[in-house]
Amino acid sequence: MASNYSEKVMEHFRHPRNVGEMENPDGIGKVGNPTCGDIMEMYIKVKDDIITDVKFKTFGCGAAIATSSMSTEMIKGKTIEEALKLTNKAVAEALGGLPPVKMHCSVLAEEAVKAAIDDYLKKTTGKGLPGFKPSEEPICEH
Amino acid sequence: MNRIYFDYAATTPTDPRVVTAMLPYFNEKFGNPSSIHSFGQETKSAVEKAREQVAKLIGAKPAEIIFTSGGTEADNHALMGVAFANEKQGDHLIISGVEHHAITECADFLKKRGFRATVLPVDKYGLVDPAEVAKAIEAKTILVSVMHANNEIGTVQPLAAIAKVIKERKAALGAKIYFHTDAVQTAGHLPIEVDALGVDLLSISAHKLYGPKGVGALYLRKGTRLTSFLHGGAQEGGKRGSTENVPGIVGFGAAAEIARQEMAGENDRVAKLRDKLKDGLLAGIPESQLNGHPTDRLPNNLNITIKYIEGESMLLSLDMEGIAASTGSACSSGSLEPSHVLLAIGLPHELAHGSIRFSLGKYTTEAEVDRVLEIFPPIVKRLRKMSPLYVCK
Repeated sequence: MASNYSEKVMEHFRHPRNVGEMENPDGIGKVGNPTCGDIMEMYIKVKDDIITDVKFKTFGCGAAIATSSMSTEMIKGKTIEEALKLTNKAVAEALGGLPPVKMHCSVLAEEAVKAAIDDYLKKTTGKGLPGFKPSEEPICEH
Repeated sequence: MNRIYFDYAATTPTDPRVVTAMLPYFNEKFGNPSSIHSFGQETKSAVEKAREQVAKLIGAKPAEIIFTSGGTEADNHALMGVAFANEKQGDHLIISGVEHHAITECADFLKKRGFRATVLPVDKYGLVDPAEVAKAIEAKTILVSVMHANNEIGTVQPLAAIAKVIKERKAALGAKIYFHTDAVQTAGHLPIEVDALGVDLLSISAHKLYGPKGVGALYLRKGTRLTSFLHGGAQEGGKRGSTENVPGIVGFGAAAEIARQEMAGENDRVAKLRDKLKDGLLAGIPESQLNGHPTDRLPNNLNITIKYIEGESMLLSLDMEGIAASTGSACSSGSLEPSHVLLAIGLPHELAHGSIRFSLGKYTTEAEVDRVLEIFPPIVKRLRKMSPLYVCK
């Protein structure tokens, strides 16, 4: 089992970055559902259009925790525009790849980032992310 | 790092005495048991000795044992063999909702070929109610298959009571209904007498009882109609052509013999260790619960649900400490659905994802149990800290 994961995934699982809650976040993204076995919550702090801090909490497998951790690292210090360019593929690649059955975890991580930004935009501009629709139905397959 | 194995329900190490028994049958005594010369005759008699040893383990006659490649083949042979041999009598099968995939997927396969299958519900402990079996039986029923003990949650089924209702319904309907049980988790672990259980077919796997992998057996009560599984040879009474896996069969026989002699004392020892692990974990981890029956369960099985966290991340964390366990969470299985057994006993998805199984065996020591009791609660704490479902209390 452990051997199915790259060194990098295991490293992020062992020492996840940016775990925890945040006081007064500027944006909160909640994706996934317990039925599927993974839930991600992402919190962002934004100043002058730059994501100055990120935190996450995840219920899920090793890959879910590692993709959450990696995506927070990849958007920290980035502008909103840059963070929106983060794709699930980029997260998976940065982790040295994921087993095919775990790719949905990277999709969830990308969605968590977008959901947090969507929430931030709604709070600041009154309008969310154009075209962003977090899946509300419990769809486990991605 | 000293590795610790708590996954005996997945497979067991081969007993060194079994390996010793097998070794001559690779290059010293290598004849084909179908050959009439002395090379063949010595392996033929070794296979027949093993057949007696396996038969004795379950109170059967040697002629009622068919050697197979393992538990999965035995289950496949039982379901397909009975269905195809008795299709003129009926087209209806009954299985329980907590069967191994070797049974459920055979039933699905047969359903695509014109058979019908009823899946029996189970209670919150995973038990089948014999009254439900009686209700499900109809004039066209040809087979009931209920496992002896569940591989995930350890619950032992009331087979004799189920056999009794099958017999009554059979007599009332004038039907011919066979009763099969998958005893892969119990053979060599719990005492089995096929007559007392009232079964017509029973599946065993050698590697679950300290024998080698790749060999198992199907018990077939005399007079039971069953088609052949492998065509092309007269081996195993024509039911399974193919040159016998002689070293494997010899090892299986030796393992059955050892299990029969050592079972009683070993069960008491393992059950005590399991109870220590159970009590320690349930007391040391808040919001954890036992899955499966509290008393009618395998002596070596412990399955618990840890709320708010997911099974694979528990397994990975334990594995990092050298401890091997198992989970019913989807995330470890390659599918995205959690265990059908845990869902069948009524666990909601998130609790099914949070299950973990520790299965003990004859090499498990008290020091190993203590090590899990020391290592696991902090792992749970760490993962819960990361979980959005967990609110610090």
